[in-house]
Amino acid sequence: MKNPINGLNKVFESRIRLGVMSILMVNEEINFNDLKQMLEVTDGNLATHLVNLEDNGFIKVKKGFIGRKTNTTYSITKAGEKAFNEHITALENMIKGVK
Amino acid sequence: MEDKNLQPTEALKDIRQIMERSSRFISLSGLSGVAAGVCALGGAWIANGIIEKEGHAGYFIDSLRTGVYDSFTLKLFAVAAVTFTAAFISAFYLTWRKAKKSSLPVWDHTSKRLFWNMIIPMTAGGLFILGMLYYGEWRFVGPACLIFYGMALVNASKYTLSDIRYLGYCEIMLGLISIYFIGYGLYFWAAGFGALHIVYGTVMWFKYERK
Repeated sequence: MKNPINGLNKVFESRIRLGVMSILMVNEEINFNDLKQMLEVTDGNLATHLVNLEDNGFIKVKKGFIGRKTNTTYSITKAGEKAFNEHITALENMIKGVK
Repeated sequence: MEDKNLQPTEALKDIRQIMERSSRFISLSGLSGVAAGVCALGGAWIANGIIEKEGHAGYFIDSLRTGVYDSFTLKLFAVAAVTFTAAFISAFYLTWRKAKKSSLPVWDHTSKRLFWNMIIPMTAGGLFILGMLYYGEWRFVGPACLIFYGMALVNASKYTLSDIRYLGYCEIMLGLISIYFIGYGLYFWAAGFGALHIVYGTVMWFKYERK
C-alpha cells in the first residue's frame, strides 16, 4: 500500500499558506487586504507566505491600481490547484487510515 | 492566525471553514428578513388605506401619464419610499449587529459581491416596471415586483446562505400566480414581501442564530 503521507505537500504545512490556497480555490481573484482580513495576519507575515507560494508557482500575482493606491490581486494557478487537491486527498486518506 | 502545523482533521476543518467564509456572506441575519417583512406589511397596510379612502390605481396611472402629480400619487410614492428605506435600514442594522457579534467584517468582498448580484436583477426589474407604468400598464406591477425580486434572491443565493433560494422560488411562484388575480396585486405583494420574509427570517433565525 502506498504511504498516504507521500501526497502531503511540504508547502502546505503552514496554516497560513494552506489558508491562502483555500481562499483562492473558491475565489477567482482576491486582493491583499481581503486576504489579510480573512486570515487575521500581519502584512509582513502574509507577504512572506505569498512570495513563497508564488515562487512555487502555485499563485499568480497581478499588480494594479485603484486611483493612486496599489491594488495587488492574487489568483491560483493550474499547478496550485493540482497541488492543493493532492494535498487534500492525502489528508483525507490519512483520516480514513486512522479510522 | 497562529502559524502552526495541523493534524489532518483540524486542517480539513480549517479549510472547509475558510472556503465557506471567504466565498459567501454568512452574516446575513434572519432577523433582517423579519424586519423587512414587518416594514412591508406596514407599508402595504398604509397604501391600502390611502387607496380605499382616496381613489384607485387608475388615478395613479393617469397622473403618471399626464405628469400632474396630485396628492394621492405623491402619497403613494412617499409610502413606497419610506417602506423601502425603513426595510433596508432595519435589515442592514440587524445584519451589521450579527457581523459585529461574530467579529466578521460587514463590507468585504463577499458582501460587495452579494450586493452587486442582488442589485442588478432588482434594478432591471425596477426599470422594467417604470417602463410598464409609462405605457399605462399597472396590472403587472405586483407580479413583476415579486418575480424580479425572486430571481434576484435565487441569483444571490450563490453568494450568501444558500437557503435564501427557497425564498426566491416562493416569490417567483407567488408572482406567477398573481398574474391571474389582477386587482389583488397589493395583497400578493404583502404576502410576498411581508409574510414570506417573516416566515423565512424566523426559520433562518431558528436554524442558525438561536443559542
